[in-house]
Amino acid sequence: MNCDYCKSKPATVHLTKVINGQKTELHLCEDCAKQSGEINWFNTFSLNDIFQPFSVNDLLSSFLEGVNGNNGNMGYNTNVSAKCDTCGMTYDRFKQTGMLGCRHCYEAFGDELTPLIRRIHGNVKHIGKVPRKAGSELRVRREIERLKEQLDRAVKEEAFEKAAELRDKIREMEGKLN
Amino acid sequence: MDNWISANGPDSDIIISSRVRLARNLDNVPFPTMMDDKQAERVVGDVGKAILDSRSALAGHFKLVRIKDVQQLDRQMLVEEYLSSPDLIKNDKSGALLINDDNTVSIMINEEDHVRIQCLAAGLQLREAWELADKVDDLMEESLSYAYDEQLGYLTTCPTNVGTGMRASLMMHLPALAMTNNIREVLHAVGRVGITVRGIYGEGSEVKGDIYQISNQISLGQSEDDIVNNIIAVARQIIDKERRARQMLMDNAGLQLEDRVYRSLGIFTNARMLNTEEALELISNLRLGVSLGILKDMDLKVLNQLLFMIQPAHVQKHKGRELQPTERDIIRAELIHEKIRR
Repeated sequence: MNCDYCKSKPATVHLTKVINGQKTELHLCEDCAKQSGEINWFNTFSLNDIFQPFSVNDLLSSFLEGVNGNNGNMGYNTNVSAKCDTCGMTYDRFKQTGMLGCRHCYEAFGDELTPLIRRIHGNVKHIGKVPRKAGSELRVRREIERLKEQLDRAVKEEAFEKAAELRDKIREMEGKLN
Repeated sequence: MDNWISANGPDSDIIISSRVRLARNLDNVPFPTMMDDKQAERVVGDVGKAILDSRSALAGHFKLVRIKDVQQLDRQMLVEEYLSSPDLIKNDKSGALLINDDNTVSIMINEEDHVRIQCLAAGLQLREAWELADKVDDLMEESLSYAYDEQLGYLTTCPTNVGTGMRASLMMHLPALAMTNNIREVLHAVGRVGITVRGIYGEGSEVKGDIYQISNQISLGQSEDDIVNNIIAVARQIIDKERRARQMLMDNAGLQLEDRVYRSLGIFTNARMLNTEEALELISNLRLGVSLGILKDMDLKVLNQLLFMIQPAHVQKHKGRELQPTERDIIRAELIHEKIRR
């Protein structure tokens, strides 16, 4: 008997499978049996097919297609010649590489980037770490917001002494900002 | 924090390593895409000083390595040990690395971003890795000004990293889920909660040796703690499923499993030629054997070491020269015998 798959080599592996009462028989040569994976005890299979090599650029360009497509754009593309004045990066080049040239590109390409960033992250507002230095002002402002909430609570609870303390603290911090 | 090779971390039988990467750029220099050589040199100098000249106790534990001073084979070894990205070692001009003594921190300079802080820990220690990265980041910020925007957070060369600049990932060994055909379903579910799955060498790499890397997909709109907690929560579920699959295999196909492990041991210790892929597959079976108590005299640490020792550059370094692929397979088998016998 020859192999059911290649029909040339003799069948040395004989398999009987019963799936939902359906019986099938397979007679394979050793090579085809190995390749078919039919004799793998644990029924392993290669997963590489679901892990298609994936690159950020592919991802980005698929996001970009959606953003810069003609829908809603009234048929013309306004971004063709957009360029960052600080570093010289063009929007076209960014579209190809997915990489920006400097921090000012974020402003220069803001109109196009904002929807893109929203598509990628589902969000355009950072709520994570604030660097101590660059964010010192921001830290103060967030601290003021926090103190104001406490002040509201203190007033509601009629804890006026505490409220006065908080008010002074807020004034002091606001002074720092100006 | 233990180095990942030690296998001393929590859940080390399944989680090989935890890694956190933070992308940062300097405020007053164009990103690596647009900077000139002089600016690139300044970045290396400033970032190097930020660590090495700091008064922190950390400073004494770091060394600065210029890529141009590293030989090709040694460069590849840095990648194989996860201390450098494949892209960084191509930057002959201005690429550099700050690495600490125990290889738990590596700071890549002039990669896609000016700075990429990476912390690598054994087992499920993602929170610990983030805390260390946070500390290193604070230290660097004492003397550097980062490109930061109140709205968008840390500004990165690629908008996919903007915000926290964070990628938190776990390297997971999931042989039982693969054997029992459950992996596809598990990974599919993971994908729906904003987590990406990749192979052992990151982006675009194939799955080998049943090793999967999971990491956060988005970096903006979630705090660093949220990202870490999210991944840990998902990992806990995967760990639980893998453990159950392992138990199920032991209960229902114990003999076949033992057979598979001992056959792998036989090939591993007796083969005269082994390519990387086969070696990884065998290591996977042996890891499983150790975790299930089938192999009692083998150490997860040795298997972790072998994970990179069998890689091409390490094999060639062992012989002290470049080797043809066939030669490599021979040396790889020799190297494994030596390592296992010890």
